[in-house]
Amino acid sequence: MTPSIREVYGQTLAEIGAENDRIVVLDADVSASTRSIVFAEKFPHRFFNCGIAEANMAAMAAGLAHGGMTVFANTFAAFITTNSLLSVRSLIAYSHANVKLMGAYAGLSDAYDGYTHHSIDDLAIMRAIPDMRVMVASDAEQTRFLLRYAAETDGPMYIRLSRDAMNDLNRYGRLTFGKGSVLREGTDATILACGALCGTACQAAAELAKQNIHVRVADMFTIKPLDRELVIRSARETGALVTAEEHSVIGGLGGAVAETLTEAGACVPVIRVGVSDTVTESGPYGQLLAHYGLDVTAVANAVERALSLKRAH
Amino acid sequence: MRAAMDPNTMQALCKRMRREVIRAIHSVQTGHPGGSLSCCEILCALYFAHANISPENWLDPGRDKIILSKGHAAPMLYRILAEKGFFPPAEMATLRQLNSRLQGHPYPEKTPGVEVPSGPLGIAYGAALGIAMADRILGRTRCRTYAVLGDGELNEGCVWETTMAASKFCACNLITIVDRNGVQLDGTCCEIMPMGDLEAKFRAFGFHVLTCDGHSVSELVEMLETARDDHQKPTVILANTVKGKGVSFMEGKNIWHGRPIDDAHYQIAMNELKEDANDSVNS
Repeated sequence: MTPSIREVYGQTLAEIGAENDRIVVLDADVSASTRSIVFAEKFPHRFFNCGIAEANMAAMAAGLAHGGMTVFANTFAAFITTNSLLSVRSLIAYSHANVKLMGAYAGLSDAYDGYTHHSIDDLAIMRAIPDMRVMVASDAEQTRFLLRYAAETDGPMYIRLSRDAMNDLNRYGRLTFGKGSVLREGTDATILACGALCGTACQAAAELAKQNIHVRVADMFTIKPLDRELVIRSARETGALVTAEEHSVIGGLGGAVAETLTEAGACVPVIRVGVSDTVTESGPYGQLLAHYGLDVTAVANAVERALSLKRAH
Repeated sequence: MRAAMDPNTMQALCKRMRREVIRAIHSVQTGHPGGSLSCCEILCALYFAHANISPENWLDPGRDKIILSKGHAAPMLYRILAEKGFFPPAEMATLRQLNSRLQGHPYPEKTPGVEVPSGPLGIAYGAALGIAMADRILGRTRCRTYAVLGDGELNEGCVWETTMAASKFCACNLITIVDRNGVQLDGTCCEIMPMGDLEAKFRAFGFHVLTCDGHSVSELVEMLETARDDHQKPTVILANTVKGKGVSFMEGKNIWHGRPIDDAHYQIAMNELKEDANDSVNS
């Protein structure tokens, strides 16, 4: 059975903690959910449960980093980008603090808890903060890669994690920070995806291949910095783009791709798959993804729309 | 602990710091005079009479750390850091200007001697607690972290998040000083957000509470030494001060929280803060 991303995260963080005694972990009373509890049980003197006080947790993280530690601060993504945001913006990012903000239960993955616990604006918020690197976990292997990168690389980062399991993705080549990871080659259009939508995009591409439509799929797991080269090259080589993310269509991967293409003068049709500008509801995760247009059918339809615009272009 | 400075010399130093802060704020026509003047003795006691921090030991992680959480009092912090030798006093003329190392609120990436950013009230206090915890984890047992807060700042909920955490984590190496000047931007603290019995509040949060005259360097130093020796609990020193202290028309007046100083008021202020015979003998 595929382990959940949070379980992969908890285990990997504890492994990294065993190798590096400068790693310190903070949580805001959700360590059993985020799985930072695995680290807490092994290294209680390097774990601070700050209680339900996310602003102080992020502020403490900045101070611990200033004191020489590499800090992993954990809570639900929806609370990092709200309750913690002042400390994130004006302490952590402003002073280039070595703090890794781990956004648990991101997207719609905390499905039943409803809009208050969904996080469909975190990428937009974090992307706008100077000096913040923004990443999205898309499978177990890549989650381990991101954590090791975060532990070994100085500076503030936001890493978006899912509550759920994600199937392993087949990748062309090794993972490299700042570079999109190509999951499937194709010439008719490109799907630039992140997180859970990478697997969805691969399935959509497989369906489209049955209709002789050949689609490139790439995991754009570093939203910031974005792999501009891959975005522009995909536009030029395939002539139509679809972005797919478990996030609002405003300000996330889709926004970043559209900005990049416009500035490069490489304008091709871009269809953004994401949550439209709306508040979301409670429900089973799979049903929510379908309801908000984040399933295989929606992504495949988006490719067909992009191709139709390409033909009319 | 450093050798005690002669009280007259310290008094003259504080007056000179006030004078030069008012001069800088007047010259650039921006900055916060009221809260700068109220925390003068607190910062002078820390930097010149108590804490182990200087340009010489700045790169030593075992130094003491001072966090001005009420970051709007940056002009006073900057002038004192310049006096300590962190940068030339002449840079005060660049306060809040483009290309200056002296940002509107403290910013460590630019200003030598500043530990963490502050300005949005409350959050730098949490950072101070984090620094104290890093010192503990890394076995730096001799140093202390000092956080200077305003009493208006105590309105911020995250201040109380930090006090809860400091108490839970037994942060006896964190020493909190509240510049209790009783006035915030829009009016007195009693009018804007009455905080009630602060002694009782901090005690209820698990703190060791001390109170003193925040304009008496000798009292402040005595309290700081007591706090430094507490190995059980975090300590807060409630330092009773006067907003705008030393400039009669600013004292206790919220309008001078962040108002530019016009030429007429500047002349009155400089006259009140001018060096007298005793100062020149001792400074």
